[in-house]
Amino acid sequence: MHGLLQLQRSAFDSPLDASTLTPMTEAAQKKTPLYDEHVRLGAKMIPFGDWIMPVQYSGIIDEHQAVRNNVGVFDISHMGQLVAKGAGAGAWLNEMLTNNIDKLEVGGGQYTFLLNERGGIIDDLIVYRTEPETFLLVVNASRCDEDFAWLQKHLIGGVTFENRSADFAGLAIQGPRVVELLQKFLGGEAELPARNQIKDFEWRGVKVTIARTGYTGEDGVEAFFPANDAAKVWNGLLEEGKELGIRPCGLGARDTLRLEMCYPLNGSDLSPERNPIEAGLGFFVDLKKPKFVGRDVLANAKENGTPERLVAFRMKSKGPPPRPHYSVLQNGTRVGEVTSGSLSPSLNEGIGMAYVTAAQAKVGTEIEIEIRDRKLAAIIEKKPLYKKP
Amino acid sequence: MNVPDDLRYAESHEWVRVEGENARVGITDHAQAELTDVVYVELPKIDAKATAKGQIAVVESVKAASDIYAPVSGTVVEVNKALESNPALINTDPFGEGWIFVVKMDAPDDVKQLKDAAGYRQQIG
Repeated sequence: MHGLLQLQRSAFDSPLDASTLTPMTEAAQKKTPLYDEHVRLGAKMIPFGDWIMPVQYSGIIDEHQAVRNNVGVFDISHMGQLVAKGAGAGAWLNEMLTNNIDKLEVGGGQYTFLLNERGGIIDDLIVYRTEPETFLLVVNASRCDEDFAWLQKHLIGGVTFENRSADFAGLAIQGPRVVELLQKFLGGEAELPARNQIKDFEWRGVKVTIARTGYTGEDGVEAFFPANDAAKVWNGLLEEGKELGIRPCGLGARDTLRLEMCYPLNGSDLSPERNPIEAGLGFFVDLKKPKFVGRDVLANAKENGTPERLVAFRMKSKGPPPRPHYSVLQNGTRVGEVTSGSLSPSLNEGIGMAYVTAAQAKVGTEIEIEIRDRKLAAIIEKKPLYKKP
Repeated sequence: MNVPDDLRYAESHEWVRVEGENARVGITDHAQAELTDVVYVELPKIDAKATAKGQIAVVESVKAASDIYAPVSGTVVEVNKALESNPALINTDPFGEGWIFVVKMDAPDDVKQLKDAAGYRQQIG
């Protein structure tokens, strides 16, 4: 562990990025188009992969509660946008991704995985069919270059494939008052897309693409627009949202919100050594498709089970919160390792996710988390850990 | 940022208030502001041996656990039990009700090794 205020590993670090341990003054850091706005608002900035991002403004718990009760806005401009076009684009992506593209109407989106040949997860992403033969892939910042290189390597004739990440800024606007906020913002007649759908809007001459999705468990959208207009849109939203209790929110609240919902974080809960079946995300894998990268490994995992499973757990009493890499024990024997852990601001107790051996993975199983020199009681729970009251 | 003149400071952001041969220890306003939202404090045990610059307690924010180092050597004679039920006292009153523990110093002169308020102000800029 580290002393106060030393750069330390945390849930925001992607374990594959050694750069997160490098002091930000020494590493080349990519800034989003909203960097100056974050600094102006007094955000605490931290390295996140190659990026420098706001971890918090008013405080993680305050921002978390704003999203659960009102509305919050997150800069997600670091996320990647890859665009595939052409007559063969859908068929090609269907062989590259686990979910079934054929189920997408124009304007529809789905959560899906990009796998390596061993069935391991390169990235988890959302793919949208924006036009009959055009697809938008919204991918994790830390994997964007790798995703693009992998897909480019597997590209077939008749498909054009571009990395458009630098062209777009993005905001996640999340919370129960999101519809109210966006109707004020876009004009009262604006009809937001339905869950998982994507639609274009215009705001003061800026084309804003809005998808009804998110990473918090609340109603919400992710909005993408030209990077040049980022500050204008960000400040416009914060202004309109004032009376709704809006908060700018950082990676800290983003992490606690997603963890309460048991949404996985690539680099922590997902990795090239883990497949979607052991991560409990088989729902987003269509094994009826005859062919996609990693299919055989996943079919086998589904059929025969996997040695370990990603489970959600909750600490049974007040105490130190669980953290990534802590050992999971049962009767003193190591049965797994925590991949995500935090205090849950909504539940006010320690929660986490861990890979544990299949025999220990049942809901209700009593486990212990090794925290420093103590073994503290925890119980495996159903996902999600948080349900709206 | 509040840096009281009557305290001494360790580079690792702990403060010391000398009370006779005892030293009361907490973390600075600057440290709590950077951490925000302290959610758990692991207190040292009474009679535990404190070694200057040695790990003695743990403060956890939502996002991370941080070690607290003993600014001076000695024996722990008092701990702030109020932090067990209300760890946020470290945020709301870092130099007062948010104190963490009291050490009976082996050598009270050790505090002279620590920074004064001006030195610490300079460190945190």
